[in-house]
Amino acid sequence: MTVPDELYYTREHEWVAVDGPTASVGITDHAQQALGDVVYVSAPAPGSKVTAGEPCGEVESTKSVSDLFAPVDGEVTQVNPEVEENPGLVNADPYGAGWLFRVALPGEGELPSGLLSAAEYSELIASEEPAE
Amino acid sequence: MTDPRPPQLRRTPLTGVHERLGATLTGFAGWLMPLRYGSETAEHNAVRTAAGLFDLSHMGEITVTGPGAAAALDYALVGEPSALAPGRARYTMICAEDGGILDDLIVYRLAGDEFLIVANAANTGVVFGALTERAGTTAQVTDRTADYALIALQGPNATAILTQLTDADLAAVRYYASYPATVAGREILLARTGYTGEDGFELFTRPQDAEPVWEALMAAGAAHGLVPAGLAARDTLRLEAGMPLYGNELGPDVTPFDAGLGRVVKLGKPGDFVGRAALERRAKAEPQRELVGLASRSRRVPRHGYTVLWDGTACGKVTSGAPSPTLGRPIAMAYVAAKVAAKAREAGQDGEPARLAVDIRGSAVPADLVSLPFYRRRA
Repeated sequence: MTVPDELYYTREHEWVAVDGPTASVGITDHAQQALGDVVYVSAPAPGSKVTAGEPCGEVESTKSVSDLFAPVDGEVTQVNPEVEENPGLVNADPYGAGWLFRVALPGEGELPSGLLSAAEYSELIASEEPAE
Repeated sequence: MTDPRPPQLRRTPLTGVHERLGATLTGFAGWLMPLRYGSETAEHNAVRTAAGLFDLSHMGEITVTGPGAAAALDYALVGEPSALAPGRARYTMICAEDGGILDDLIVYRLAGDEFLIVANAANTGVVFGALTERAGTTAQVTDRTADYALIALQGPNATAILTQLTDADLAAVRYYASYPATVAGREILLARTGYTGEDGFELFTRPQDAEPVWEALMAAGAAHGLVPAGLAARDTLRLEAGMPLYGNELGPDVTPFDAGLGRVVKLGKPGDFVGRAALERRAKAEPQRELVGLASRSRRVPRHGYTVLWDGTACGKVTSGAPSPTLGRPIAMAYVAAKVAAKAREAGQDGEPARLAVDIRGSAVPADLVSLPFYRRRA
């Protein structure tokens, strides 16, 4: 299970990569493994505003559908057109080609306080592993 | 205080194999079962084009034996097991007095006075209880679930794989037939049955033989595209094949006629059977609802419990839905009002603005009525 150090995470299993005033968002390796094959992603439309912690789309897999939560506040600037075409990219490369959307962060590129570090997120998923 | 730990899940004789293969395991009807090994879509496609190997050891095996066994089953089930020749099998159901389905079953007649009944894992206890009560002292009913592992080899390459491991004449094993065979040096019961819409075999083995038989099949299948396949693929395969699943299409509030499976009810058999009066009434009644196939016009998936709409008004419920790897669009089975089903068929929807839709989390997503099964293999 990969959890890259340079990213931020949510308790709902999204990741955020910050590049100056822009944040890229996707779902984690743990999330894609739990979901199984992703067949459809409904990401927020470019131009729409998202609010940290609020649902902003859906990720649909063979077995289930889950809400996509916005990890940050801001305006959506871009949606990954390749994932629209080939949702399997979310499984194949969740932190790379499988990114979902980009957000222009407000102010000086501020991040909300509730995001987790890689270490904190690793701890979270370890505690969620089903006990067998 | 309640115990926060989930109840202990039962392991099959093959759970260790699944763990070594890195399967994603899930609790299913009290058992720890492989959901998928890698991509469930790849597993699904392998079964359609090559072959897949499934662990079905969670399924219940119940034997009914003795000179009165055939008559006991004719009374306990809606089918007529006494009419089966030894070595043959039949899809059947066990119903309550009111005609509601307690489970769908496969009954194998192994010998004149020996039957093997395969029940759904979640219903094995109910089926065993009902059979015991209905048989009374006329036959011996035994829950043999722990004595069997069950492995399914499914797909167009199944015969080519299995033939390497047995002297049995596989061409002579007809669909819905079974016979004792030696596979990879182990005595097994070999049946030509399945739940995927493909040709294939089900192998009942002793628990200690399960792993060697599984490994021998995997080795023999290596050159034939065989992959291990989990419950996720099994569910999409059976859905494409239009096969009902207990708890989705079938349940205690559904009769075989509601599910479009009235043919399994043998009203013509002599003697009484549990549910006869209610099922006779139901057979004559005008059907109120119908089990239909739907294909979504969107990539959003209609799922179990979603409401079906006709011109924006609720007319039924989705029982199963999934993205169909073979059709390339989401498919579903649903119970809809019989009048709506007739209207939808008449409208011949393709191309027209769809009047039929599924309420997918608040939006009406257009769907087309399609005839079942969604997928039929070429003979």
